[in-house]
Amino acid sequence: MSSTLLRTAPALRGALRAAGAGAIKPAAALASTSFVRGKATLPDLSYDYGALEPFISGKIMELHHKKHHQTYVTGLNSALDTIAEAESKGDHTKAATVAPLLNFHGGGHVNHSLFWENLAPASRDGGGEPSGSLKTAINDDFGSFDTFRKQMNTALAGIQGSGWAWLVKDKQTGTLGLVTRANQDPVAGPYTPLLGIDAWEHAYYLQYENRKAEYFEAIWNVVNWKTVAARFEKN
Amino acid sequence: MAVTTYSLPKLPYAYDALEPAISGQIMELHHSKHHQAYVTNLNKALQSHVAAATAGDIATQIALQPVIRFNGGGHINHSLFWLNLAPTASAEANPDSARALVAEIDKTWGSLDAFKKAFAAALLAIQGSGWGWLVREDGPARSLRIVTTKDQDPVVGGEVPVFGVDMWEHAYYLQVCAHLTPFVTPNPLPSRGSFPCGSMSLCLCVSLPCYACVHASLSSHREC
Repeated sequence: MSSTLLRTAPALRGALRAAGAGAIKPAAALASTSFVRGKATLPDLSYDYGALEPFISGKIMELHHKKHHQTYVTGLNSALDTIAEAESKGDHTKAATVAPLLNFHGGGHVNHSLFWENLAPASRDGGGEPSGSLKTAINDDFGSFDTFRKQMNTALAGIQGSGWAWLVKDKQTGTLGLVTRANQDPVAGPYTPLLGIDAWEHAYYLQYENRKAEYFEAIWNVVNWKTVAARFEKN
Repeated sequence: MAVTTYSLPKLPYAYDALEPAISGQIMELHHSKHHQAYVTNLNKALQSHVAAATAGDIATQIALQPVIRFNGGGHINHSLFWLNLAPTASAEANPDSARALVAEIDKTWGSLDAFKKAFAAALLAIQGSGWGWLVREDGPARSLRIVTTKDQDPVVGGEVPVFGVDMWEHAYYLQVCAHLTPFVTPNPLPSRGSFPCGSMSLCLCVSLPCYACVHASLSSHREC
């Protein structure tokens, strides 16, 4: 998983800054901040909001990143705070009740972070077809790139409600597969997520309204195969 | 075996009759496209189901269950939804039109406002697509309760749906974008001359959130 996207703001850095100002010695800073958890933060996009046009409008990208993803980041931090506070009081029941919020907002943060990176402007790395070992694997496991694309679009169209479709790699067998996830459930367990497509209405509605099949067709023009191939080769 | 064919019900009001609370554009898409798709896909699934039943193909019948649940639920839910909405100025939109229900709500939540608050909280807590419902429970007490259902799951079985609110993004996104609160908050849309807050254009959604607009004093937000 990308450490640049799922970065945390290191508590240590702040502590060392404070030490540098002469407030406390570094050793004391380490000790005094050892309980401070890094906060999840909204990752920057590596392209402009308008850079995926005409396939995904700048308005969609801006709202999607600045409002929706930010809400997941905020919700994740708030869920983690609640859990930490409950744990410190020994209130395990309270901590357990936060689990659905942690899954939803944590999943939302992970999913969107992966999503932004597996997209790219059509003028740069977006679109086209995969090459190299990923191409071979897709041919082996789906028959052809075209068949894979069709199956992914069918999976996306079949989602009832909000959710995601993913190209995944089975950690044990190394084979590729397609999975869908409801709401913001993240891909975990035996699978490594390689390519995710957001099928929530907020991902397309301002531009495509109810015509979601058009969005599922269009998004292939901005899929960043370089990122997908790197995830495939690394895992 | 005869198959019942379902059809899209007509709305008892014009698409723009719910403005400024819900825009005409949303209503038109919601009714003529989304609801129509549930009706079309329900009819298709039921046809296939009958064919599978006739052929004694149990596997296909089972495979069709989720499709029937989703599209049949979508048809039921939206059909209830259109009828439990009414133009603001109409007599039907006045709680005085439902004295017995309001009395029961008062008894259960303390006041209509307290119920609206509890209902809004339940709606905002939905993760993903779904619906919020005021239902009457099965059983001797037949008490009122707030429930939420996911995706297009309908309220069926013993409970009776009294009032439903669609919390799919398609129900509000063109108007309030990422800001849900005004959609479900009681009396959320203060009218401002001929340019009510709720009908602000999409570009303004980004720069001037409806939420801020709704909670701002009217005089200080003329551009809204």
